[in-house]
Amino acid sequence: MKRGLKTQIPFFFMLLPGVIVLLINNYLPMFGVVIAFQQYRFKDNFITSLLTSKFIGFKNFEFFFKTPNAFTVTRNTILYNLAFIFLDIVIPVAMAIMLNELRNKMGAKLYQSIIFLPYFLSWIVVSYLAYSFFSFENGFINKGILGPLGLEPANWYFEPKYWPFILTFFHLWKYTGYNIVVYLASIVGIDGEYYEAAVIDGASKWQSIRHITIPLLKPVMIILTLLAVGRIFNADFGLFFNVPKNMGTLYPATDVIDTYVFRALRNSNNVGMSAAAGLYQAVLGCITVFSANLIVRKIDPEKALF
Amino acid sequence: MSKRKFRLANEISTGSNVVLNIIFVLISIVCLFPILLVIAISFTEEKQILLHGYNIIPREFSIKAYDFVLSAGDAIMRSYGISILVTILGTILSMSVITLYAYPLARSSFRYKNFFSFFVFFTMIFGGGLVPWFMVYSQLVRIRDTIWIMIVPYLINGFYVMIMRTFIKGSVPEALMESAKIDGAGEFRTFFSIVLPLLKPGLATIGLLSCLGYWNDWYLPLVFVTKRELFNIQYTMYQTLSSIQFLTSGSANFAELGKVLSDLPGESARMAIAVISIGPIIFAYGFFQKYFIKGLTIGAVKG
Repeated sequence: MKRGLKTQIPFFFMLLPGVIVLLINNYLPMFGVVIAFQQYRFKDNFITSLLTSKFIGFKNFEFFFKTPNAFTVTRNTILYNLAFIFLDIVIPVAMAIMLNELRNKMGAKLYQSIIFLPYFLSWIVVSYLAYSFFSFENGFINKGILGPLGLEPANWYFEPKYWPFILTFFHLWKYTGYNIVVYLASIVGIDGEYYEAAVIDGASKWQSIRHITIPLLKPVMIILTLLAVGRIFNADFGLFFNVPKNMGTLYPATDVIDTYVFRALRNSNNVGMSAAAGLYQAVLGCITVFSANLIVRKIDPEKALF
Repeated sequence: MSKRKFRLANEISTGSNVVLNIIFVLISIVCLFPILLVIAISFTEEKQILLHGYNIIPREFSIKAYDFVLSAGDAIMRSYGISILVTILGTILSMSVITLYAYPLARSSFRYKNFFSFFVFFTMIFGGGLVPWFMVYSQLVRIRDTIWIMIVPYLINGFYVMIMRTFIKGSVPEALMESAKIDGAGEFRTFFSIVLPLLKPGLATIGLLSCLGYWNDWYLPLVFVTKRELFNIQYTMYQTLSSIQFLTSGSANFAELGKVLSDLPGESARMAIAVISIGPIIFAYGFFQKYFIKGLTIGAVKG
């Protein structure tokens, strides 16, 4: 037995750096969630502060849910994610099928590379791109399009009504290329004999897409969708924080749980309430991930996360 | 039916092919236009911008913005250096941490595989949230306002460990590792001299993924860094978008050159920084694309 354990020791040494980082970066904060139930007072360091701060039950949560923001940010987070989940299936699947049908394969490669490019840019760069379109004084839309047409310039960064479309556009702009790669990999993996048989039976292109390609892509679509549903309470902080330039006037349309928690910590320094809002999100997120995973495991155990 | 004839029968008609190509050309324009617009603005003479706004074709070509960024923008050069340093250090360290963590998980002779797999994958499902995480780095492991705060939090992540583990399992036969052991090589020697050389494609994938993550990161400086000298290029850009004066307020060169604020080609310089920040990505794009697709396909095997 002792000899047996000895053979395991080198493995423990290899795991050690990763374990240390995970303990500091992930597990300590997990235990730190008790902060949400406390009136946090700093004393010496984070751990002694946690041990000495007063417990106040669910007061921080009450405080959060009494603000009108709780509803707005939860609604925004869910609605944006629902829209993204739907569009992230329809558009990339359609484009992947179309790319696969192109007869000029060099062209298909080139288009794919171009569509994938935005994925590699940071959200800060994307916020610059957005600004170059929507700036009130110099923006391309106001000066390059609306001006020459004799139309009034719009004050994009002060009008919430435009932003659901703008944010959805930049989400798609950045991620469609990535999703196409995933679906294209599955399409290429489909056995050519199915299509051969379909041609012999006189099926049209459209029919073989509808009855062969799409049904065979369904498992991938279902799994990616369920995994996205599992993350429905987590918003893309980079998109919602940077692209609207964190403008207060836009919050009704752009504020999501993640940006709200960040601002509550940064601006009002309300540690208790923002921890409560964060925990509310983490717990809901955990429940949805587990449920989604359960369903994925029922469909295809191989694809389940755990 | 011969193979060639079949292929012809299965192909879309020439008309459809033309239509599809037109659609993709339009989509490609949508993808590239915003990037080209920013590049065009960065090469436009400042006066023209103030008169006519941003345009996709510069009314008057000028490289003054780049001249300014290179000569007076010492804040920008320094932040560029920080980004390079963080990216190199971070990529090397995270590749090491991830590979060393993934290797035991791929070995059937390691008995505590399940526990340690769970230990890393659980972090993908549940997190303590921003506030306790922020407190840990500012009140316990006090690396806030050091270069390490931009490296440590991204050293390991469950998805990359999963890719690496799958890759090791797929490309290094268990028998090879066992036979090395029988020949008397220790686990470390087996790992470094036999396994590691076989992992080059997997390492390239993980390396490029984390390289991109570090280069494009602005979140860690946003949350943790207050010292100006430590701002990376992304965070400097973030600051510059809200206030163009950020470029000059910390610049010693700017004062030395005896320039005044009105000389500052602000609008175009801002865009020039964005162009400079995406430069390395565009240059390495061929690599990035190849290995990302590889990583995605490996990752797709599990998860």
